[in-house]
Amino acid sequence: MALASELPAQSDRWTTFANTLKKRAFRSPSDSFTSVFIFGLMLYMAWTLIDWAILSAVWRAEDVEHCANAGGACWSVIAARHRLILFGLYPFEEHWRSTLACLAIVATVVLSCLPRFWSTSRLVTLWIVGFGAYVVLMDGRLIGQPIVTTDQWGGLALTLFMFSAVVLLGMPLGLLLALARRSKLPVVRGAASLLIDFIRSLPLLTTLFAAAVVIPLLLPDWLNGDKIWRVIVGFALFFACYQAEVFRGGFQAIPKGQFEAGKALGLTPFQTLSRIVMPQVFRHALPSTINMVVVTFKETAIVIIIGFFDVLASANAAFGTVEWAPYYIEVYAFVGAIYWIFIFSLSQYGEYLKARMAVAKR
Amino acid sequence: MDAAALKLRRSRRDMLVQALLVVFVVLVIWVAISTAHTNLTELNMTSGFGFLERATGWSYSFSLIDRSIDDSYSRTLLIGFLNTLFLGLICIVLSTILGFAIGTARDARQLGLNALATVYIQLFRNLPLILQLVFWYAVLIHMPGPRQAFTMGEVAFLSNRGLMLPGFNVSPTVVLAMFAVIALLAVVIFRQKSLQPVQKLLLWLVSGSGAMLLLAWIFAPADSSIFSIPAQQGLRFRGGIGVPIELVAMILAITLYGSAYIAEVVRGGLNEVPSGLTEAGKALGLSSRAIWFHVKMPMALRTIMPPLGNQWIFIMKATTLGVAIGFSDLFYIVSTSITQSGQTLELMGLLMLSFLLINYSLAQLVNFMNARLALKGH
Repeated sequence: MALASELPAQSDRWTTFANTLKKRAFRSPSDSFTSVFIFGLMLYMAWTLIDWAILSAVWRAEDVEHCANAGGACWSVIAARHRLILFGLYPFEEHWRSTLACLAIVATVVLSCLPRFWSTSRLVTLWIVGFGAYVVLMDGRLIGQPIVTTDQWGGLALTLFMFSAVVLLGMPLGLLLALARRSKLPVVRGAASLLIDFIRSLPLLTTLFAAAVVIPLLLPDWLNGDKIWRVIVGFALFFACYQAEVFRGGFQAIPKGQFEAGKALGLTPFQTLSRIVMPQVFRHALPSTINMVVVTFKETAIVIIIGFFDVLASANAAFGTVEWAPYYIEVYAFVGAIYWIFIFSLSQYGEYLKARMAVAKR
Repeated sequence: MDAAALKLRRSRRDMLVQALLVVFVVLVIWVAISTAHTNLTELNMTSGFGFLERATGWSYSFSLIDRSIDDSYSRTLLIGFLNTLFLGLICIVLSTILGFAIGTARDARQLGLNALATVYIQLFRNLPLILQLVFWYAVLIHMPGPRQAFTMGEVAFLSNRGLMLPGFNVSPTVVLAMFAVIALLAVVIFRQKSLQPVQKLLLWLVSGSGAMLLLAWIFAPADSSIFSIPAQQGLRFRGGIGVPIELVAMILAITLYGSAYIAEVVRGGLNEVPSGLTEAGKALGLSSRAIWFHVKMPMALRTIMPPLGNQWIFIMKATTLGVAIGFSDLFYIVSTSITQSGQTLELMGLLMLSFLLINYSLAQLVNFMNARLALKGH
């Protein structure tokens, strides 16, 4: 281990930076030329973007008529339509409920990233509380507010709802499938493998389409439920089949001796699983699980195809009038930024966990 | 209780659990079939595949082979299947090439190149594919019309009608023959053991384009040139190959998204190559290009191949998003057929079967490549 004195001091940061530049960007004349060209290009692109998005942009909703002549973005469309994009057709005067509900989901995701919540019981409690808070707030009947039915939920609020419902439902289902696939009973194992491989080889859209359109033909009416719940169950099945493979990887990383040790201590198979094996499996599977969660958040966007009014659909509606039609780029940029911030932070967190675990393994 | 009795009890319990599962599955299937039967009789629907011979009576945006609205359902579905394969293969090839380039740039020592590749990956990987798709589609349909089309040297044009590209002045059959010849050349050339990979690739490119030119020269109509170059004529273009706007948007979106993922796979593979090998290459006086081709890439490919195969399958599945912008891939054709004919179960079955077939074949191909790459004796 390096002594403290050998580590670069704060003031040496600049020298290190300069050295890196010298080594990696200006080592030879041709190298310097490439660097100057690329950095110049990047600066130019960044400047164009800043000029478009900030310096020459129109910001206030009342300034629509200035937009046509402005050289930059017309954020007026966002100023005027952000409520539609975020909450869809949810009743206007009840938007505070949608806002709180979205915050509940975001808080749930953020809290589950903190190590102090990393136990099965805490995570389950957290997600049920967060998800429950969302449903209670959006629906409204339990808190004595006007009832808003699911067909009026929309925008970012609907995207977050689908996402959290899929993860909450899919996680235990995935664990169950992973256990079934490892079962020593051939029929159970075979059925699980067949289901997992089948769902994984189909496009998600096919599964969702089947849930929305085919299932009503196959199940008696009383079993059908709302379209939104059928789609969520279909989506959760998709999530579970991928997550089952993630868990399987986790199981494979546990040495056989751990199971035997549990047996030798006189624990029942269930106790061995829940007290010894599962905590380790979760730990191993954590980075890939984060990955799956990120993918799920991204993939919720395709529910627009089967007719849900999610954040992408409400974005399309936001520039759907004659007045706002020319400003589709601004709307997509706004929605893109929402997705990007969510997905980027989550996947960076996954990378951080992966790195942390690599250190722990050494 | 003695050990034998315990064992018997356990095996009985195991049998019971499995039997219950079988009963449950059979029950679900039976309920599904009987409900479907009553539902379909109520709706006065016929079941079975007889509808496949009926004419569809509707049209769609893109087809590789001749089509008309009198086509039967089976031919329309075949066209959708071919469109999906065609789009998938183009996107696989393009995003693999772009992904390898960007993955290498991400691994590069050059700081600028590295930064550019990182920005690219972070931008395209962290946005939903469908958002990117509808964005590009919106951008493309807001392009200027044919009169003010963007042009590249007056041979290719991009307007809100789509992309016009120069092509050979021959019939589709000859184009098919060209692809067959190119494929045959690939098989022959890549079997040669005495050639380096780069030499093989170069030889294939040269001989392939030579063969294409030769075929075009033989089969082109006598009174016109062998190339067909698009030219503006009033509000439309004449000659050349027209790529509809939906296809351009699909290729653009899937390629940009897929290549960002493949780039990460490639970087991961390059990272796994021990640095001692690269240093040994340097010590031997190899250029950095030679090190990449002869040391790094052959080693990295073993790590890259399995996740790369997954990405290929992902790209194939991603073609289904075409339905969002009206590109007539298999999913689009199937969902339109369902609304038009009502044969939901049969059509969904065919859709699932097609994707199982495509993905299974791709997986087999990747397995084969993987086996060829594996170190002997490992």
